[in-house]
Amino acid sequence: MKLSARTEELLQIVTVIDDRIDAAVALEFKETMRQLTDGAPDTVILDLSRVTFIDSSGLGAIVATMKYLAPGRTLVLAGLTGPVDRVFRLTRMDSVFTLYPTLEAAVHDQALQ
Amino acid sequence: MADTPAPTFAFEQTLDGTQEAVRGALAFFLNRLAPLNLSDDARDTIELVVAETLNNIVEHAFCDHPQPGFIWIRCHYRSGDLHLRITDFGNAMPDRALPQPKKFDAASPVSDLPEGGFGWNLIHELTGDVSYARSGPMNIINMRIPVGAH
Repeated sequence: MKLSARTEELLQIVTVIDDRIDAAVALEFKETMRQLTDGAPDTVILDLSRVTFIDSSGLGAIVATMKYLAPGRTLVLAGLTGPVDRVFRLTRMDSVFTLYPTLEAAVHDQALQ
Repeated sequence: MADTPAPTFAFEQTLDGTQEAVRGALAFFLNRLAPLNLSDDARDTIELVVAETLNNIVEHAFCDHPQPGFIWIRCHYRSGDLHLRITDFGNAMPDRALPQPKKFDAASPVSDLPEGGFGWNLIHELTGDVSYARSGPMNIINMRIPVGAH
């Protein structure tokens, strides 16, 4: 499970390098996210633009990350590809997360807040 | 009613009932569907449904088995639908019934959000029919996935 993180003044961007967040890597994803976001600013943007497959375990790991960061910090999601977006919509999780079509849109919008 | 036409395409596949085996088996399974020339959407749907079903078997049917058994997939295509029968010799489903989709309140606090239980929601959403039977030591899941005309 490869993730890369960069922290700017008011937000952190975590990019998922792998193309799958599935049951095989869900635990590792959750643990790596905890480590990477340790001491992160209030907003963490998860860049999913390279991810083309997510299953319910992967979705659960993202929800767990949001719960871990709350209440002090927010996790927002950017760059959802078609198949990933569909999983969020089918499980109604699109109403729980703030979703941005691109990382640029997320950074721009969050920087204004 | 016309007679049911014979399947135009069919194959079988087995895999070990372990998490490590699922990813490779899924890729192999999707490759074998290549002759059907499915749309990307249909492939994505099949990948997700089969992944959720296999992961459920690994996590629940074989959860307390020191040596998990195998999972057997039989698949055929007929008239725009992919029919799957997925069989294992693991633990029976709770109440010997298919788990029903769980609902959650999107307005609930973040701390109350579910971290699991999405799998069967997805399976119910993406399949035309899905059924479960326990036959002796065997779990049998039958499903039909509409994938469009061939």
